[in-house]
Amino acid sequence: MSSTLKIIRWIAFGLITVLLLQIGFFAWHWYRGETSGSRFAQPIITTTGVPDVGGPFSLVNHRGERVTQDTFKGKPTVYFFGFTHCPEVCPTTLFEMTQHLKDLGPDADRLNVVFVTVDPERDTPELLKTYMESFDPRIVALTGTPEEVTAATKAFRVAYRKVPTEGGNYTMEHSASVIVTDAQGGFVSLIDYHEDKATALAKLKRAIRG
Amino acid sequence: MAQVAETYRAGAIVVEAPWSRATPGGAKVGSGYMRIKNTGSEPDRLVGGSTTVAERFEVHRSTVVEGVARMEPVTGGLEIGPGQTVELKPGALHAMLVNLRQGLNPGDTVKGMLIFEKAGVLKIEYRVGGIGAQAAPAAANVHQGH
Repeated sequence: MSSTLKIIRWIAFGLITVLLLQIGFFAWHWYRGETSGSRFAQPIITTTGVPDVGGPFSLVNHRGERVTQDTFKGKPTVYFFGFTHCPEVCPTTLFEMTQHLKDLGPDADRLNVVFVTVDPERDTPELLKTYMESFDPRIVALTGTPEEVTAATKAFRVAYRKVPTEGGNYTMEHSASVIVTDAQGGFVSLIDYHEDKATALAKLKRAIRG
Repeated sequence: MAQVAETYRAGAIVVEAPWSRATPGGAKVGSGYMRIKNTGSEPDRLVGGSTTVAERFEVHRSTVVEGVARMEPVTGGLEIGPGQTVELKPGALHAMLVNLRQGLNPGDTVKGMLIFEKAGVLKIEYRVGGIGAQAAPAAANVHQGH
């Protein structure tokens, strides 16, 4: 009799141990899922808490003048990348930026807006000058040698790629996000291509207020 | 007064409100948008086209996924299934007018042609809206005061 009781006691003890292990296992997985899973996925952040975006660059503006990151210091600056052989995304972004500058009123003068081509082979300063006449005259367009453009895209962590198309042509794939920096060139925020006008404008206002 | 969008028909294919956007100075590419309806019982395909303002006509799909803007050519023709309406619109499927010979300005009209596998050739006219326009510009005030 006593040996039967002992067996039952051991079985019960075993079952409780298995149950506790299972609870622990699920809790651990739940915890991992909550902190590192997709629900709360965080971008990799440097120890300063600010992404390392906006390093040194040297390019030529649409008026043919040499510019560097220092040219735009002193005012918060908006940078975005594109190319003129782009039927939709780039003219849309430039058009929206023109609208934002209008909506900002006098505050627009406290902001630099910079469009950098990822297609320096076709986008010469002369072509950019003509192209930019269709947008707010405060927007500056930049180009350079292919090496200078590559260096600038690396500084801003911007991805781009040349893609061949029909008839020996090519198009460019590129990051469509707008990068906002403070007056010292430090990263402030990103404006996603799909963000609505009010949110984008609020981000620009925040950058201007500092 | 409701404004009726321009409608063009060839066989079972009906094309509504073709439009384009004004282009920035010096731009070599433009875009074309429209609704294409297949009222028949057989699938058809948009296999080509042309305009008087550009060297080439291509159909592309724009996407912005994870912040990266891409353009993929639609190869083998754009299929329009029986009873289906395919819309070419900003940020999605669009016609790309490649190697523009002239800039497009708001209020312009552009003559063009679409080629369907079954319905054949269809002559259309695009209305040109603003650079950042998201929808077809309103039709001209024709037939008013009748």
